[in-house]
Amino acid sequence: MRQETGTRWRPRIRQRKAIGRGFAALTIVSTLLGIAMLVALLVDVFGDGAAQVDGHFLTSYPSRFPEDAGLRSALLGTLWLLVLTAVIAFPLGVGAAIYLEEYAPDTWLTRFIQLNIANLAGVPSVVYGLLGLGLFVRWFALGRSLIAGAMTMALLILPLIIVASREAIRAVPDGQREASYALGATKWQTVFRTVLPAAGGGILTGTILALARAIGETAPLITIGALTYIAFDPSGPMDLFTVLPIQIFNWVSLPQEGFSELAAGGIVILLIVLLLANSIALFVRFRLQRRFD
Amino acid sequence: MLGARLTGRNPVAQDVNSSPGAPEVRSQFAPRRRRAFIERGIHGVLFICAAVSILTTAGIIFTLLGETLAFFQDVPIVDFLTGTRWTPLFVSQSFGVLPLVNGTLVVALVAIVVAVPIGLMSAIFLSEYAPARVRAAIKPVLEVLAGIPTVVYGYFALLFVTPILRDIFPQTQVFNVLSAGIVMGFMILPMMASISEDALRVVPRTLREGAFALGATRFQVTVRVVVPAALSGILAAIILSVSRAIGETMIVSIAAGQQPKVGFDLLSSMETMTAYIVQVSLGDTPQDTIEYRTLFAVGTLLFLMTFVMNILSDWIVRRYREVYE
Repeated sequence: MRQETGTRWRPRIRQRKAIGRGFAALTIVSTLLGIAMLVALLVDVFGDGAAQVDGHFLTSYPSRFPEDAGLRSALLGTLWLLVLTAVIAFPLGVGAAIYLEEYAPDTWLTRFIQLNIANLAGVPSVVYGLLGLGLFVRWFALGRSLIAGAMTMALLILPLIIVASREAIRAVPDGQREASYALGATKWQTVFRTVLPAAGGGILTGTILALARAIGETAPLITIGALTYIAFDPSGPMDLFTVLPIQIFNWVSLPQEGFSELAAGGIVILLIVLLLANSIALFVRFRLQRRFD
Repeated sequence: MLGARLTGRNPVAQDVNSSPGAPEVRSQFAPRRRRAFIERGIHGVLFICAAVSILTTAGIIFTLLGETLAFFQDVPIVDFLTGTRWTPLFVSQSFGVLPLVNGTLVVALVAIVVAVPIGLMSAIFLSEYAPARVRAAIKPVLEVLAGIPTVVYGYFALLFVTPILRDIFPQTQVFNVLSAGIVMGFMILPMMASISEDALRVVPRTLREGAFALGATRFQVTVRVVVPAALSGILAAIILSVSRAIGETMIVSIAAGQQPKVGFDLLSSMETMTAYIVQVSLGDTPQDTIEYRTLFAVGTLLFLMTFVMNILSDWIVRRYREVYE
């Protein structure tokens, strides 16, 4: 819109409007492109895999014959890993969030912890796998067990739980705390009986979403050495294990006929599990989240 | 009351047991000293929870560094960083990491070429053009795109995108960089779009209105006022996207293959740093061998690259944030 002195300014309104319309169309096309990709992915996966999903597929162990193979051990492994990860990560994450929101003095140490959590959220997941391999599998000598996998996953999703829980705790108005103190409660009583119940919906939602992320993670578990072929039910934290994404990865990598359809079937199950987790999170958000307006 | 919160003490609660006005009344509350003890204990436990994050970082650094230093006792660091042959699993071992870095950067470049323009345009649409209801409908869809596990994207790249590419360019290899890069681009697209949109939305309305008042069209307002004002946030989003692309593992493991080589042939197979880590992890590599240590040497390099980029993006946001008041 720069104009030199002496030249007459020409509004060129039609031209400008045409450019504007073209640009607007381009932004819409870009946005639709992302959505189209999602649709293509879902159609492709469900088209290839929906026919695989039946009772046999869910209850059979993996096999080198695609018509016999199922994901029983992977499904059980995912379930075990989920529970163990939640048991480790939930108290640690919520505890850290309570500390940072309610207790932490404004010192360099607190700021360092906060910076640190922000940085941990950006570390590639495969690096967490190397941490798990060096620390839990080798140094703690836990082997390629469920518990080693769960500890690795817990560290991976801890920043997510902390950030979500802090937001939920911060949303509880100070008036609630003051009312509790006025009744003679101590700090911990205030936190435990007033703040946490009020923030519970947000904390649970954040935790479930973080666990959903853990369900889909593959790389760290491959790195700590989770196996691709398990033909028994895991029965305790020290057992070897596999999980849904690893089983899918294994099937995708097999060139023989029939396995890519198995992988697609596995993806259908994985996406259904994730959809369930997200629906629960949504439900919790609507049912438990208190509003202070 | 804010003071009480900050110091962790509660003047009201402490008076319950020591009120001079009612000495004989047996309090049903726990004794004050026991309560103070419990309070201190809880404070300590919570601090330990928060400190786990520091232990995690320390754990990452020490595990990576320990094995990496052991690795550099056998392989000179200069050979590692400048060598162009990566064959640690062959009989004639060679430990030049450049082919893996090359593969990583080429895939990331393809991903960025896809994610940045589409992501930025989507962000502009959502922030500047879309009515509130359209925006409310589209944002969850993008979130779904972000929530799909990477192994699913890998499947999609190998079995949907690659066959299409092979129809268009018959010389395309089954495992190729282009397919992995394109799909990875769509994986990071939601992050790119969402961070850019946040940056666009904090640009104050008065700036837009000023430009409109001067007779600018919406296109001109967007391109000459809003985007420049949000540039630091957009730049930070781009750097974070690069960081994510470099650290992405499963898509490249499934769809880009395992051939460490230096080059720029998008239709051929290359190996990234992350794919190498997965490749070695799938085999049963014994501890205390040089093959085992390559995992950590490559992991350290990967960690440093993403760490520098995350810090850089954070710094750009802080340093160049336009403050409007």
